[in-house]
Amino acid sequence: MNAVSGTGSPGEVVVAPRARRKLLRRLDAKLSPYLFISPFFLVFGVFGLFPLGYTAYISLTDRNLLAPVSHFIGLHNYALLIHDSYFWRAVENTFGIWFLSTVPQLLLALVIAHVLNTKLRARTFFRMAILLPQVTSLVAVALIFTQLFAHDYGFINYALGSVGIHHVYWEAGRLSSWFALSVMVMWRWTGFNALIYLAAMQAIPEELYEAAAVDGARRFRQFIHVTVPMLRPTILFTVIIATIGGLQLFTEAYLFQSRTSGGTGGSNRQYQTIVMYLYEKFLGSTQFKFGYAAAIAWCLVLFIALFGIVNYFFVSRIRSAEG
Amino acid sequence: MKSILKRRGRLVLVAAVVAVLATVSGLSVKGASAAKRSNVTLTIDVFGDFGYHDLYKQYMASHPGITIKEDTEDYAPHHTALAQHLATGAGADDIEAIEVGFIANYTTQSRYFVDLRKYGASKLKTRYPNWKWQQAVAHNKTVIGLGTDVGSLGICYRKDLLKKAGLPTTPAKLGKMWSTWSDFLAVGKRYQKHAPAGTKFIDSGSNLFNAMIAQATPGYYSKSGKVIVKSNAKVKAAWNLTMKAIKLHEDKGLVAFAADWNAGFKNGTFATVTCPAWMMGYIQGQAPAASGKWNIADVPGGGGNWGGSFLTVTKQSEHAKEAAALVKFLTSPKSETYVFKHTGNLPSEIPVLKSKAVQKFRNPYFSNAPVGKIFANSALKLKPQPLGPHQGDFQTASTNAIQRVEQHSQSPAAAWQQFLKDVASASG
Repeated sequence: MNAVSGTGSPGEVVVAPRARRKLLRRLDAKLSPYLFISPFFLVFGVFGLFPLGYTAYISLTDRNLLAPVSHFIGLHNYALLIHDSYFWRAVENTFGIWFLSTVPQLLLALVIAHVLNTKLRARTFFRMAILLPQVTSLVAVALIFTQLFAHDYGFINYALGSVGIHHVYWEAGRLSSWFALSVMVMWRWTGFNALIYLAAMQAIPEELYEAAAVDGARRFRQFIHVTVPMLRPTILFTVIIATIGGLQLFTEAYLFQSRTSGGTGGSNRQYQTIVMYLYEKFLGSTQFKFGYAAAIAWCLVLFIALFGIVNYFFVSRIRSAEG
Repeated sequence: MKSILKRRGRLVLVAAVVAVLATVSGLSVKGASAAKRSNVTLTIDVFGDFGYHDLYKQYMASHPGITIKEDTEDYAPHHTALAQHLATGAGADDIEAIEVGFIANYTTQSRYFVDLRKYGASKLKTRYPNWKWQQAVAHNKTVIGLGTDVGSLGICYRKDLLKKAGLPTTPAKLGKMWSTWSDFLAVGKRYQKHAPAGTKFIDSGSNLFNAMIAQATPGYYSKSGKVIVKSNAKVKAAWNLTMKAIKLHEDKGLVAFAADWNAGFKNGTFATVTCPAWMMGYIQGQAPAASGKWNIADVPGGGGNWGGSFLTVTKQSEHAKEAAALVKFLTSPKSETYVFKHTGNLPSEIPVLKSKAVQKFRNPYFSNAPVGKIFANSALKLKPQPLGPHQGDFQTASTNAIQRVEQHSQSPAAAWQQFLKDVASASG
């Protein structure tokens, strides 16, 4: 063998690198683009797709953290979930808090953005200031607001009491606890949304306002008939962001309750959100029902997807009505 | 396209091989350095304050080559993380503290723990009350942990409030007046008649209920490990008494450990609170300025246990022998006495409870009450209560049920029904 290769024609030696170079070039052309975009897909696959799929699989088993073995039980967890009144209560709570926080929040953000868009003194200062709640730690916000809304010694009840209104037991009531949580969410997110609206407002051409002014529209009418319609895509964006955030609400509500209530969101589960219920089943109690918690997680995914679709149709109808 | 896929496959294979080689070589390096190690670092994972810091220093000084590192967290996250670490087989410390509310979860999972009998634990058995010892013994007789403290019960009360309401203020007289829980409510009735404005006799219905449950033998579980919440007359009696306290307006209806409850200690909005030994430290922390206003009397209905913990050595430990030795040191009579004096956690060992150091101990914050004697005697009177894996969930469910009544969102009957439903779902 050695002798054969040793006496082989020298031409072969030249041909091989050329062929290889050609091959490499072809590989480079065909493969490199895939390599360049692969980081996203790898990361998405590992941290996005795999957990989603694995959670779906777990939701079909009776997996329990402390049990050595688990069994495939099909859709049993989902069947239980549909008849679980605590789950539906959590769904109601989540949507209730979402509605109470999102609607006023976005309206307020619009108004703030409008004000910041006028020739205000110390404009940059205010524009920066409305973003401050965003950089505050979520846990700090929740803890401080929980103190403010305390029954006996909370500041809000103190203020109400000084104008002769009875103390409200914020944490105990359903609507009152939703309200308290909505205030926390609003405090944190209104500035953020206002800033997004502000950016969009500045992209509206000045001519539209001039034309409106020529037609005799005052500032308020300009706002209603020029600014708001031009902001529609942006408003949609903020609604979707607020929806996703709202459906995943956890920290504020979790820290609002007392340490002894074990993640139930109040004694009557009056403000337990979907994610809190998931956590209760998952790690918050001594049950460690991973399978059941995974089923809740997938229901949450479905809710968010459903909301996305509804939003989409809603907006495409607005667009067609416009057109 | 096919050929590209094939080549790509080969490329992936090469990459995989390289990755594996890198990992293996990394591992071998790590292994080599591990073999060189001569010093032992022991990690211990506790919750809240076990009061061990000075003891670690002592132990490290007398055991050269041993370094102790403590991790601490809140009660709930500690136990959640423990369950995760054990189940996933990684992340647990050499020594893990487990509270009595969770210990039954782990005696059924004894495979995660080192059997301390291997390290001479059997000899220590006679030191402990039998019930405390048995709580950490698995069905296969494995001893998974040694007891640290017990949470025997007393009643902490505000002298100044009781005086204003025209009631006696000495522990001896009060202890006699409320020898049973219905007597306790009767005293409360007298209190409310002349109570200072805005104050109530009891802080929270769930604290009253939990104290009665802590005394019940059996409580939530039967001796054979069956859930008997529904059929146990003692549970229902405790419930009825709690409902009566609410009905008689003796209950402030606060949520234990919430902001208003904490502020209540400072501002004196309630006259009594059921006091497991570890509660002393909590009250002092919440209301340092109220020193001398509080006192402690015997609990109605005899002894009772609420809380208390165990130290275990996990199978994940690479130094089980050293860890077991440290556990024995930390639970020794000397260490338990030290912790009691400095942190207030009540010792669990009989000789320590009977020792002069504990029996003579008085706490200046609580009007120099003989707290050592009160709590130690309550602990010695204790009758064992069978525990079960979902004890903690039942307590959460009952606390919520009582709060629903306190907050007027449910009638007592409806709250009881939902409590039973929650118990069934938690144990199912």
